[in-house]
Amino acid sequence: MKAAPSSGDLPQGEHELYREVILDHARNPRNFGTLENPTHTVDGINPLCGDRLTLYVDIDGERLDAVRFDGHGCAISLASASLLTVAVQGQTVEDALELRENVLRLLEQGIDYLGPATPQHTALAALAGVRGFPSRIKCATLVWQALGQALKRRDAGPTPTVTTE
Amino acid sequence: MNSLPDTPFETSASLDLRADFPALHQEINGRPLVYLDSAASAQQPQTVIDAVSRYQSHDHANVHRGVHTLSHRATDAYESARDRIRAFINAAKRSEIVFTKGTTESINLVAQSFARPRLEPGDRIVVTHMEHHANIVPWQLVCEQTGAELVVTPIDERGQLDLETLDEQLDERVAMLAVGHVSNALGTINPVAEICRLAHEREIPVLVDGAQGVPHASVDVAAIGCDFYAFSGHKMFGPTGTGVLYGREALLEDMPPYQGGGDMILEVRFDGTVYNELPYKFEAGTPNISGFVGLGAAVDYLETIGMQRIARHEQALLGTLTKRLGDIPGVRLIGTAAHKASVQSFVVEDIHPHDLGTLVDQQGVAIRTGHHCAMPVMQYFDVPGTARASLALYNDEDDIDRLIAALDRAIRMFQ
Repeated sequence: MKAAPSSGDLPQGEHELYREVILDHARNPRNFGTLENPTHTVDGINPLCGDRLTLYVDIDGERLDAVRFDGHGCAISLASASLLTVAVQGQTVEDALELRENVLRLLEQGIDYLGPATPQHTALAALAGVRGFPSRIKCATLVWQALGQALKRRDAGPTPTVTTE
Repeated sequence: MNSLPDTPFETSASLDLRADFPALHQEINGRPLVYLDSAASAQQPQTVIDAVSRYQSHDHANVHRGVHTLSHRATDAYESARDRIRAFINAAKRSEIVFTKGTTESINLVAQSFARPRLEPGDRIVVTHMEHHANIVPWQLVCEQTGAELVVTPIDERGQLDLETLDEQLDERVAMLAVGHVSNALGTINPVAEICRLAHEREIPVLVDGAQGVPHASVDVAAIGCDFYAFSGHKMFGPTGTGVLYGREALLEDMPPYQGGGDMILEVRFDGTVYNELPYKFEAGTPNISGFVGLGAAVDYLETIGMQRIARHEQALLGTLTKRLGDIPGVRLIGTAAHKASVQSFVVEDIHPHDLGTLVDQQGVAIRTGHHCAMPVMQYFDVPGTARASLALYNDEDDIDRLIAALDRAIRMFQ
C-alpha cells in the first residue's frame, strides 16, 4: 500500500487555485511599495470585494524601468500583481503589452501561451489555476487591466482608475 | 425585537426543519451543503415552491382585471397574501400594505413620494452608520434633488447605535429618520420602538428598514410605532422580486404615486387622471403575482412554526457560533452588540475574506464575503470586507461544526 501523498489531505480544487507559487507571492509580494516620481500611476478597484491596488510604473523611453504596487487585496490579486511586476520590469512597452494580452487570454479564454519560456513566464502560468473559479478571475485580471491603462497612455501623468466591472 | 427571549443563549426548543428545504439537500464540491448565507437570500421551503408551482399550473391570469374565473382566482391568491402579511406584521389595515419588488424599492418609494415633496434646502435626513446601501443611497439622491442634508448617527466599536448622539441630532431641522431594524453586516438589533418614540416626540417621521428584521423574530409595526416599515420576501423564505412597504394610511393617502401605469388609476383622461385607492395607487403595472402567492405561503410556514420558537432556536445557535469563532486564534469578531440577530461577521488575521470564502466553499460551506452592501460599516472597522455567517431557522449545530472545521483547514493552508 502506498503512503498517501502529503497534499492528499486537501481536495484538488484548493491546490489548483492556491498553488505554491501563488501563496508564496501573496505572502511575500515582490516590488511592493511606491516609486518616488513614477511616470504612470493607475488605481485598480474591484468593486465586488473592495480590493484596491495601485500600480506605479516608470517608463524611460521605450522600457519599463521600474514597476511597483501597493494596496490591499486577496491572495490571488496580490500574487497576480507581484508576478506582474517581476515579469514586466525591464521589458519594452511593446513586450509588456503583448504579455498582458497573453495573460488575459490565459485567464479569460483558457489559451495557455504566455510567450517564450522564461522563469518569469513559468511562474505566471500558475495563475491558470484561477480558471476553475469563475468568481475569482477578476481578482487575477485587475492589475493587468491597470497595466494596460498605464501603457496605453504614452504621455506621463495621472491616468483614470480601472475597475473590474 | 419584541419576541426575543430575555436570556439570549437559552438552548431549549431547537428546531429540525432541514427536511422542508429541498435546496439544502445537495452536495457542493463533494460535501453536503451547509448554507450560512441566509441574510443575503434565504432558501425556500417546499410549501412555497409548491404554492408558486400550483398557481402557475392552474390559477394564473392578470389580477384586478378580468371577469373570467382565472382572473378571479389570481386576484384572490394575490390579495390573500396581502391579508396574511398584514396580520403577520400587525398592521391595522390591508390598505397599508403596499407590494413592491423589494426593500430597495420600498425605501425609494418613500424617499421619492413621501420625503421629496416635503423637503426644503437645509432640511435634514438622519440615517445611521450601520445602514445597508439601500437605506443610504435613496436618501442621498433625494438630498441632491432638494438641497436637504444627510446626517449620520455614529456607532460604537461593538456595532451599537450611539443613542445619545441620535437624541441630540433629532432637532427641528430633521424631516426624516431612516434606521435599520437589524444590521445585515453586524447583526445588531436596534431599539426601533424607543427610537420611534424619540423621533415622534419631535414629530419626525421614521422609516424602519426591516429586511433583516422579519426573518428572525415577530415584527409588530403597531408596537414599534414606525411610520414606514420596508422588507423583502426573499429574506423570509419567499421568492425574490417580492417586497413590502407598510405605511400609515394617513401618510400614504397624502403621497403622490411613485410610478404611473395600469392598475394605479381609477380613470385616465387627457385632462386629468384619477388615482386608485390604497394600496393600488402605489402598484403600477402587472405585479409579481406568483411571487406574492409564494410569499403568502412563506408567511403561513413561519406562523406554523412560530416566530418565538424561531428566535429561540437562532439565539441558541448564535451563542455557539460566536463562542466557537471567537475561540479560533487570529479571528476578530465584527459586530458584538448586546442585542443581536443570528448574523456574525468576522475577519481572520492575514487571510483576505475572499480567500476564506473560496476555501470554505471547497468544503461545501456557503458564507458571504465582502462589504455586504454596507461599505460605511467596513470603513468604520477599517477592514476591506468581512466574512459573514448568517443563521436561519434551518441551521443547526452540525452546520457550525462544519464551518469551524472548514475555517481551521483554510487557516492551516495559509500558515
